[in-house]
Amino acid sequence: MTLISINGVSRRFGEVTALDSVVLEIRQGEFFALLGPSGCGKTTLLRILAGFEQPDAGAVLLDGADLLATPAHRRPVNLMFQSYALFPHMSVEKNVAYGLERERLPRAEIRERVGAVLETVGLAAQARRRPHELSGGQRQRVALARAVVKRPRLLLLDEPLSALDKKVRSEMQLELKRLQHEVGITFVVVTHDQEEAMSLADRIAVMNGGRVEQVDAPADLYERPRTTFVAGFIGANNLFTGRLTGKGLDVDGLGVLPAPAGPVEGGTAMLAVRPERIRLGPVTADQGVLRGRVVDVSFYGGVSHVALSVAGRDRNVLAATQGRARVEAGAEVAVSWDADDGALVPVALSG
Amino acid sequence: MTVRQPARVLGKAAGRLATMGPGFGFLTVFLLVPLALVLSYTVFRRGRFGGVVYEPTGENFTRLADPLYLDVVVGSVKLAAITTLLALLLGYPTAYLIARLPARWKVVALVAVVLPFWTNFLIRTYAWIVLLNSEGPVNSGLKALGLRPVELLYTDGAIVAGLLYAYLPLMILPLYSAVERLDPQLREASANLGARPARTFWSVTLPLSLPGVLTGCVFVFVPSLGNFVIPELLGGGRRIMVGNLIRDQFLKARDWPFGSVLALAVIAVLVLLLFAQAWAARRAGRGA
Repeated sequence: MTLISINGVSRRFGEVTALDSVVLEIRQGEFFALLGPSGCGKTTLLRILAGFEQPDAGAVLLDGADLLATPAHRRPVNLMFQSYALFPHMSVEKNVAYGLERERLPRAEIRERVGAVLETVGLAAQARRRPHELSGGQRQRVALARAVVKRPRLLLLDEPLSALDKKVRSEMQLELKRLQHEVGITFVVVTHDQEEAMSLADRIAVMNGGRVEQVDAPADLYERPRTTFVAGFIGANNLFTGRLTGKGLDVDGLGVLPAPAGPVEGGTAMLAVRPERIRLGPVTADQGVLRGRVVDVSFYGGVSHVALSVAGRDRNVLAATQGRARVEAGAEVAVSWDADDGALVPVALSG
Repeated sequence: MTVRQPARVLGKAAGRLATMGPGFGFLTVFLLVPLALVLSYTVFRRGRFGGVVYEPTGENFTRLADPLYLDVVVGSVKLAAITTLLALLLGYPTAYLIARLPARWKVVALVAVVLPFWTNFLIRTYAWIVLLNSEGPVNSGLKALGLRPVELLYTDGAIVAGLLYAYLPLMILPLYSAVERLDPQLREASANLGARPARTFWSVTLPLSLPGVLTGCVFVFVPSLGNFVIPELLGGGRRIMVGNLIRDQFLKARDWPFGSVLALAVIAVLVLLLFAQAWAARRAGRGA
């Protein structure tokens, strides 16, 4: 069921187009992510949903009703700010109770709900502390509790993990997912960090230059990018641009590379091959589609990355193998992959 | 434990003397010594033509309780308090609006606020006499509208207007810097949690700008209480404020000991106020 429907939303700031006819549907109960580089428009979209910003054109519906006509303080939408924006002059419990007090709920109910949510985020013992007496991770939990306690229809999270160090980050990541599961609120997280988006969200909208490039589940985005931007932005990729023929992708200087059956034969397309799909082998007459020389091997524990220079291509080809790499720098190897392991993306011809 | 090298210690002391010495010296000679003199005068008898006769007495202090003088003190505190309150009511919205102007207009507005300071204080006060006198523009306007002229000059109202005009910038500037420092996201967070703009102001903006409010109040109250030029020019000498009284004790009555007691009383009130302000600011500012 659709909770939020964003229809042709555009927003300009002077000469800059922050959002360009954005169309998105966010479903009830899902964990949704808006992912893109800085300046892609994701923050503007978040501010429009929260009511801090009005679009120049387009409509936003929540449960089928016009959201844009509702002022920010009456929207069933809560935001966890990137900077947390906790009220410094109020204790933790006052911060969390603030939103409930605005609903004029009975005192007993407020106390009960505040206590319960602080229990959930593990801050019951810190209820009377001021924000400046808490660690970064604890402050974030307060910000989260303050937003969740309102039981909004939609919870917005602005770069929720970016300010945390690595260890707290993975804890918080699990906690967010658990919480979203428990309370059943629709979460929309805005982030420039693809790992954050991939690990948290059910579905991701990749944004670039004010437009939505692709909306898909994380695994689908990774395996089947539909635009050249997504192919280059999500994860490491080996990208080749060439002309589609019956046998594969004809790339200048490299020859015909194995590629899945393309959408338009004879058209220009981009082939994306993930590093872990690339096979390295001994150089023999019949093996391999490309020949490369190992430039660098880096070991990451579970995986090793091998950078290869290939004649006719100015960027290195990247391969990933499980465990320790079986090649050394300087070695000549054959590089190959299966046709079905590549993803084909149509290239929009400029002009 | 490391042994301190004597040369090092000496060098440090010399450094301190060079940096802080001149300021300390100046304050000692021109502030502490006169203050000590004033303090010592309070316990001696008055000389016949000013100065003091070194015979200890406590009667200078008992005289302070005389309703004649007590009324002056209470009346001055009242006028200074009214001035401070009005300055706060006028200054807060002004400071709030300036803080939210675009950067370029902020500078213009702030210059406009301090602009009167560049004109001589007396000339500015005389301008009020011209404005308020019975033949001045205000009364001419009333007459032109067919209304009866009102007595404006030489009233408490004129004194408050003069004090307010003189010290309003001292209220606006600290308020401006307090409001300007507030994170705009706190207002957004408040709205996001369901607060109307008025509620956001009372629950978030005002409490967080309280240190600025207190600073502004002290900045206006202190010089208002001690001022003696404005009460004389705009109050026509009918209303005597503590400042006038102190000056008269020294220059007209030639009663230095009692003048010193009055001066000490004003200083005591102000010191108490400053402590209260510092305490409240620390409380409000904790964690901000």
